[in-house]
Amino acid sequence: MRFQLTDEQKALRAVVRDVIGRSSAAGVWGLVAQFPAPLIDRGFWRALGELGVFSLRLPEVDGGAGLGLPEAVLVFEELGWALVPGPLVATHLAAGVVPGAATGETVVAAADGSLVEWLDEADVVLPGAEGAVALRSVDPLTPLHRVPAPGRTDPVAVLLTAAEQLGTAARVCELAVQHARTREQFGQAIGGFQAVKHLCAQSLVRVEVARAAVYAAAVTGDVVDIAAARVLADEAAVRGARDCLQVHGGMGFTWESEVHLHLKRAWVRARRGGGNTESEELLAADLLAGVAWRGACLR
Amino acid sequence: MDLSYTAQEDEFRARLREWLGKVLPTLPVKPSPDDWPGRRAYDLGWQRMLYDAGYADVHWDASPTTRLIFLEETEKAGAPYVGANFVGLLHAGPTIAAEGTPEQRERWLPPVLRGDEVWCQGFSEPDAGSDLAALRTRAWRDGDDYVVTGSKIWTSHAEVADWCELLVRTDADAPKHRGISWLAMPMSAAGITVRPLRTLAGSAEFAEVFLDEVRVPVGNRVGDENDGWRVTMVTLSFERGTAFVGEVVACRRVLGELAVEARRNGRWDDPVLRRQLGRLNAEFRALWRLTQWNVSEAEASGGVPGVGGSVFKLRYSHARQELYDAAADVLGPDSLDLERAWVLDRLSSLSYTIAAGTSQIQQNIVAERILGLPKGR
Ligand SMILES: Cc1cc2nc3c(=O)[nH]c(=O)nc-3n(C[C@H](O)[C@H](O)[C@H](O)COP(=O)(O)OP(=O)(O)OC[C@H]3O[C@@H](n4cnc5c(N)ncnc54)[C@H](O)[C@@H]3O)c2cc1C
Repeated sequence: MRFQLTDEQKALRAVVRDVIGRSSAAGVWGLVAQFPAPLIDRGFWRALGELGVFSLRLPEVDGGAGLGLPEAVLVFEELGWALVPGPLVATHLAAGVVPGAATGETVVAAADGSLVEWLDEADVVLPGAEGAVALRSVDPLTPLHRVPAPGRTDPVAVLLTAAEQLGTAARVCELAVQHARTREQFGQAIGGFQAVKHLCAQSLVRVEVARAAVYAAAVTGDVVDIAAARVLADEAAVRGARDCLQVHGGMGFTWESEVHLHLKRAWVRARRGGGNTESEELLAADLLAGVAWRGACLR
Repeated sequence: MDLSYTAQEDEFRARLREWLGKVLPTLPVKPSPDDWPGRRAYDLGWQRMLYDAGYADVHWDASPTTRLIFLEETEKAGAPYVGANFVGLLHAGPTIAAEGTPEQRERWLPPVLRGDEVWCQGFSEPDAGSDLAALRTRAWRDGDDYVVTGSKIWTSHAEVADWCELLVRTDADAPKHRGISWLAMPMSAAGITVRPLRTLAGSAEFAEVFLDEVRVPVGNRVGDENDGWRVTMVTLSFERGTAFVGEVVACRRVLGELAVEARRNGRWDDPVLRRQLGRLNAEFRALWRLTQWNVSEAEASGGVPGVGGSVFKLRYSHARQELYDAAADVLGPDSLDLERAWVLDRLSSLSYTIAAGTSQIQQNIVAERILGLPKGR
């Protein structure tokens, strides 16, 4: 057993961080300015395609990198961290199925639960979007439509969503810590106050627990592990973003602060696949299946 | 990222399983919680069996992964806990192994491994709990002895211990972290009074220990004089590292039993309770993965667990309390009946956020040492 990132996995993460980290930080605010009808930057989408974001799990003969879920999870964690907008999970899952999805030529949206993200910007919508009605989306970076017939959710979509949530959780923990170190009140950095310090510590604990769950689910590909990853990553992202907002004080409540963008995105992702209920029921049923602590699940 | 085990590790697991299957049915009946001599004999007897079978030093010499497998398999098979051997095997022993002289290792380690001697931990004092470095028990040099006077509290297994890993102040004028030494005190020495304390669960799990001019040979000091705080940090990092592996496995079993009981008594039909059990399944699965992550990390870094143990302990101690609160929800009115399974466990779970560094102290550690937030109030 060596449950740590390999050197190749660390290198992959560094490359992704390098490419998307820089381009999106600037890109996101431009997009927020387009609210309520943000557009997908097609050049950037193709750049993501070149990076392998969509094709990485395709076999090399099909133009992919032949990598697995662990690598995909690392990439989606970075996408989440950097708040990269667009139907990333849907397009990734369409690679090899919808022409142009793998390379980033085509933007693919998908009905997930009773919602579709980025419908108007998509070239293709799976399985279709009949009767879709636009919502006034709470997240300025994710336009939403409601669809009458709930779509099925692929466990891989759940896992990649959990990876994005993990990225958000890690990012908001960092933002909270940065602010706590620099903002001064009562003549000291607020991070010296225990009430603030403990919010930050709990935020990190949630990140580390979610990380172990998400990475393990990527290695096993087991649906119960994926459900566990989802529950914990949602919690880490949503609670983490709220605590980050609290640590920022009034600044955290402003449109200009990036904190609300993370919280709202985490809320949108937490709704995917109909929310947490299904995952919790799956995890409960697993207890009765009597396999919770035996054999393969512990390996 | 690899969660599979090597052929060698699988073989170790298989051999261990086979051995456990053979010996566990031959164990004597477990003594009652109040029968201290009986508990001591039972725990030492088990350690002796491990020794004879070649598993005694798995906590020290084996790789972290082998240790993980050992703890996982013994728990799954329902083997006895370390019990009275806890301090010797997981605390004082590793400290002596890391910091002791060859003579000290030769004197103290084999009896621990063989199941001959029990250790207890005399760190906390009435006025030094979270602020451990404020301890006041004094030790003066008198020839080849230290003469120790003071008092310790919350000392688990003090009544049945042969040795006590004792923190004393050897320089009262130095800054508080720099005047402490680590001594091995024989519990048979003159001047020691042990007064048992009853816990909220009803049994006497720990004690007050009064020390009145107790003579401890200078040769029983581990590490340099006044360097005891550093030696102590070595000890604490062991306690916060792999100490809970078996318990996580046990919690997962309890969770499965809770689900079965809830189905039997109809509480399973309550979706709120059912989903809470589902969340706990996620929680303990993740804690198991975090354990594997930390073990792999320790393996890569040469064995000594790091501050990551605080992250684990914070979450685990809380999760354990939630587990037994959920048990109370499953039991309903029976949760108030001490005869029922899980009710005593619920009571003892309350100590988890206090013992071995409270949750508040662990949060300070995570915030200051991992996140780099300023020290302060
Ligand atoms: C079951 C059990 C077994 C034990 N076994 C042993 C043993 O064998 N040997 C041994 O030496 N000790 C043992 N202990 C003692 C244990 O280590 C201490 O109880 C623990 O360190 C807390 O110290 P205290 O009880 O003095 O509480 P205090 O330090 O007085 O703490 C009281 C409250 O104040 C909070 N607090 C204190 N300081 C701070 C701070 N700086 N910031 C924020 N909050 C703070 C604490 O979190 C806690 O909530 C045991 C304890 C228990 C419960």
